[in-house]
Amino acid sequence: MIRFDNLHKRFGDRVVLDGFTLDVPTGGTTVLIGASGAGKSVILKHVVGLIQPDAGHVEVDGHRVDTLDRDGLAALRCGIGYVFQFAALFDSLTIAQNIRLGLERQGLDEGVIAARLRESLDVVALNDVDDRFPDELSGGMRKRVGIARAIALRPRYILWDEPTTGLDPVTSATMDDLMRRTTDVFGVTSVVVTHDMRSAFSIGSRIAMLADGRLRAVGTPEEIRDIDDPLVRQFIEGRAE
Amino acid sequence: MLIPYISAVGSGARQTSRALADHRTWRPMLIPQMLRLGVQSIPIALFIAVFTGIVLALLASYIFTGTVPLYFVGALVGKTIMMELGPVLTGMALAGRVGASIAAELGTMKVTEQVDALETLAFDPISYLVVPRVLAATLMFPVVTAFAIALGVVTGWITAVNLLDLSTIEFVKGLRMFYVPKDLWFGLLKAASFGAAVALSGSLRGLSTAGGARGVGRETTRAVVLGCEAILVLDAFWALVLL
Repeated sequence: MIRFDNLHKRFGDRVVLDGFTLDVPTGGTTVLIGASGAGKSVILKHVVGLIQPDAGHVEVDGHRVDTLDRDGLAALRCGIGYVFQFAALFDSLTIAQNIRLGLERQGLDEGVIAARLRESLDVVALNDVDDRFPDELSGGMRKRVGIARAIALRPRYILWDEPTTGLDPVTSATMDDLMRRTTDVFGVTSVVVTHDMRSAFSIGSRIAMLADGRLRAVGTPEEIRDIDDPLVRQFIEGRAE
Repeated sequence: MLIPYISAVGSGARQTSRALADHRTWRPMLIPQMLRLGVQSIPIALFIAVFTGIVLALLASYIFTGTVPLYFVGALVGKTIMMELGPVLTGMALAGRVGASIAAELGTMKVTEQVDALETLAFDPISYLVVPRVLAATLMFPVVTAFAIALGVVTGWITAVNLLDLSTIEFVKGLRMFYVPKDLWFGLLKAASFGAAVALSGSLRGLSTAGGARGVGRETTRAVVLGCEAILVLDAFWALVLL
């Protein structure tokens, strides 16, 4: 379980999180929606300790992230896959090296590493890309490699940062299917940050909305669809006013 | 301006020293970085050394003619290139080449979230990115400088023999007359410290990049400026401490 407890974060004068509280239960996919710049990605980065809160804390499986030492943080990160918005592949490494890097870090045997590499690329339906470099792939393919890199670690959680942003509708639908499959096949708990409502309703078992640095609403897709809150309705219906 | 800079460099140096213990992470990256930062920098260092040797020989001849025996040209060329111009000019050139390269590379990794990605894979970016670069530059700057010193002295000799009224025997006599081993190790020690400073400045600026391509450009420029400033400060420091 991931617990966000009264999280506060500001960058300079700009308050991004202002008492954000949410429990992400184990299993299923929790989708975090909100306007661009609302702080959704900042919330994800708190989970793996890339950003420290000004106040409040994040707990993962009962461990407070902000109190972990270097080794504790490394152990936590081994159990969490992170899929970045623009994949964040290491452009000086081949696709295979990108995926192997985290596995080698965990000290796994060569046989296990090779098997995990094959399996993760199969899951994202990418073949014959092992020796290619990230800049030789399309944006959609790079995102799939980013997913392969995350699932190769066999994490308990996967954090997805805007997985469908910048993709055409067909590739977006493929990405949704991939997220569902990953969650089902590997039994991971997913937290997805997006402002793509089609995707949110398609993959989410729970949807939470962030507004003004706080949790505005949370519920099943059906509950969110039927909600009366005018701000939430405006967002999910994509209305300007 | 100066105090925050010294504080940042001190903090970076502390973190880098701590990360040295994580040799499993940085060791595989050391040789490739030594090749990239050191071996590939040799041509620019040699280019500078050729012209430094020529100019020094001509300058010495201009100063000494009519006042001091001309074999002192060898002494001035040797001492000046070994102790000062070899390390400092090579260091300045590499501050541009190596410092800018490190800052731009790490800055781009930072703004494209590759540094964050490294952390999520349980790597310490200091161990993985900074330590191998700082170690490689510290080890390779003296090597590159040694080549530059050798070529600078040789071109000074060729210039003296061909353009000045000086024989090889006279040039070598001057070269050996005032030579002490300290001349060479003083220059190479300075070069090692310049390498550490340039790589550390480039790494720290790169890892503090924000704001996309503009930020990368800004931090790359800062890295080069800081690298050059660090070389001048260290140059004065070693002169005060060791001469």
